[in-house]
Amino acid sequence: MSWILVLPLLVPLTTGILCLVVAHRPAQRLLGLAGALGLLVAAVALLVQIHQQGIQAVQIGNWLAPFGITFVADHLSALMVLATGVVAVAVALYALNEGDLPREGQGYYALVHLLLFGVNGAFLTGDLFNLYVWFEVLLLASFVLMILGGGQAQLAGGVKYFAVSLLSSILFLAALGLLYGATGALNLADLATRVGAVNPGLLSALAMLFLAAFGLKAAVFPFMFWLPASYPAPPVMISALFAGLLTKVGVYALIRVFTLLFIQDVGFTHNLLLWVAGLTLSLGVLMALAQGELRRLLSFQLVSHIGYMLMGLGILTPLALAGSVFYALNHMIVIAALFLLAGLLQRLQGTTVLVRMGGLYRAYPWLAVLFLLPAFSLAGLPPFSGFWAKFTLAAAGLEAGQYVIVGVALLVGLLTLLSMGLVFAEAFWKNAPQAVDASPGWGGLVLPVALLALLTLGIGLWAEPLLSLSLAAARELLEPAGYIRAVLGVSR
Amino acid sequence: MEVSLSFLVGALMAVGVYLMLRPHLIQFLVGFVVLGNAANLLIFTAGRLGSQFPPLVQPNGVVLEPYANPLPQALVLTAIVIGFALAAFGIVLFFRAQEALSTLSAEAIPETLEPAPAPSPVDEVRWEGERP
Repeated sequence: MSWILVLPLLVPLTTGILCLVVAHRPAQRLLGLAGALGLLVAAVALLVQIHQQGIQAVQIGNWLAPFGITFVADHLSALMVLATGVVAVAVALYALNEGDLPREGQGYYALVHLLLFGVNGAFLTGDLFNLYVWFEVLLLASFVLMILGGGQAQLAGGVKYFAVSLLSSILFLAALGLLYGATGALNLADLATRVGAVNPGLLSALAMLFLAAFGLKAAVFPFMFWLPASYPAPPVMISALFAGLLTKVGVYALIRVFTLLFIQDVGFTHNLLLWVAGLTLSLGVLMALAQGELRRLLSFQLVSHIGYMLMGLGILTPLALAGSVFYALNHMIVIAALFLLAGLLQRLQGTTVLVRMGGLYRAYPWLAVLFLLPAFSLAGLPPFSGFWAKFTLAAAGLEAGQYVIVGVALLVGLLTLLSMGLVFAEAFWKNAPQAVDASPGWGGLVLPVALLALLTLGIGLWAEPLLSLSLAAARELLEPAGYIRAVLGVSR
Repeated sequence: MEVSLSFLVGALMAVGVYLMLRPHLIQFLVGFVVLGNAANLLIFTAGRLGSQFPPLVQPNGVVLEPYANPLPQALVLTAIVIGFALAAFGIVLFFRAQEALSTLSAEAIPETLEPAPAPSPVDEVRWEGERP
């Protein structure tokens, strides 16, 4: 029994409960940061263990595999948990320096750690119904975070977010019930051994239900319009966390079920995924170009780049899947950095409406560098991590002969650069329309942004370790036998 | 039994979807509850009613005949509890939305609102329950 596997769950749960119990402000802040750092350490330990000993599974309470509660960690899960830890630490640092006292008083730290608890649970569970439960855990925490503090914008965004999430949950539940009816199993590994016996037409229909349920969470075409309507509403210390983590849980779930379960009719399902990827990519970036408010613009960029992760899943070669995994990790870091930076700019200029911003390059030239690092990474310029992610995907696409999607992907990269350039021209180069005094105490907010920006540069300059880890994850995904053996034991 | 339940699930799904597509948020919430019940019945029906598939196996491989598969019931129970929590949260959320936006019509909720302003770090704001 490997307890290291459940540490990424126990740490945020303990922190969350402690934050609820301890109503002392400095102690809560300390707990918030310590919990995030603890999660990061646990995630690193987990990844080391997985890398050395292969896929690990834990049966809670020693109930044997298809009957009990199973947690499984392969390279994909461990990497996603690690990226969650990184984002959690950055957001915790940001929240410490933001000093948003009303929201802190309403339980911000406790909710964040319960959200992390749900996110890690979704990454580590080996059971489809438990995945549903973990989704609900993270959703309930995120609902409250979304409207924490109240206000018109947050409540309006919260209503939309709530409504769409409910729909996605019910779709997931219905799909789950039908899949259970068809196979008699819920454990993912057990399911993987049984789906072969299911009528292929029925299985494809079930795959579409799961695609809709997870697609709603991941905000892919045509289910993406709720995200830009709700993510910009809460303060940045909340929306950066959402942007970094929540859609990736949907992407993770898609990757999991479309490599483990729905691989019988690849010509249909994965071609459809490629279409979804292409449309998400192009529509997202085109709508981002039309936005005049930084956080909304970033939300559309977030949507657009989910397409890259689906593209690798649709191509379904080892290199392509490695590209997807690498892209997801890279994107978690980059988009969180950009959202946090948007909050920093709001502190400096009092607004994130691009027309009313300006003159930042003259006032803070180093801040322009800090913006350009993640912005170039998002667009996929070398030597940042985004370049290697896109390069891997493009190389895999060309190898597999999927020229159209590669063309779309590269064009979207160019348009992303254009969109980031527009932001730079508006917020940094243009003269300030009116002089605004920076709200005091923003200095500390630079630290988390700088950490994430340097991380994307660091990964870009030294991409080999993460790339080989992603390749290991892709190999495990394409050969589910190892996963099944780890869960069900050698005899099966 | 299964056929009639299937029709019931279909009818409930249709009613739920129709209500969720209505502009009024309370109708949406009722639609969610109906759709949730439809999904629960769906699990129940798809999970093989009756005692054809008993899961309780004795060590010598003999199945315990009169017992039905309890797993779908456990799933439905969990889903009911979760759905209940979501509905309760939804009622409070819509109540607060009504207060803040003075409307419960989905069409009247504005598409874009200026996001929350950056907080100013004033220390006068006290925590709830904190003594001055």
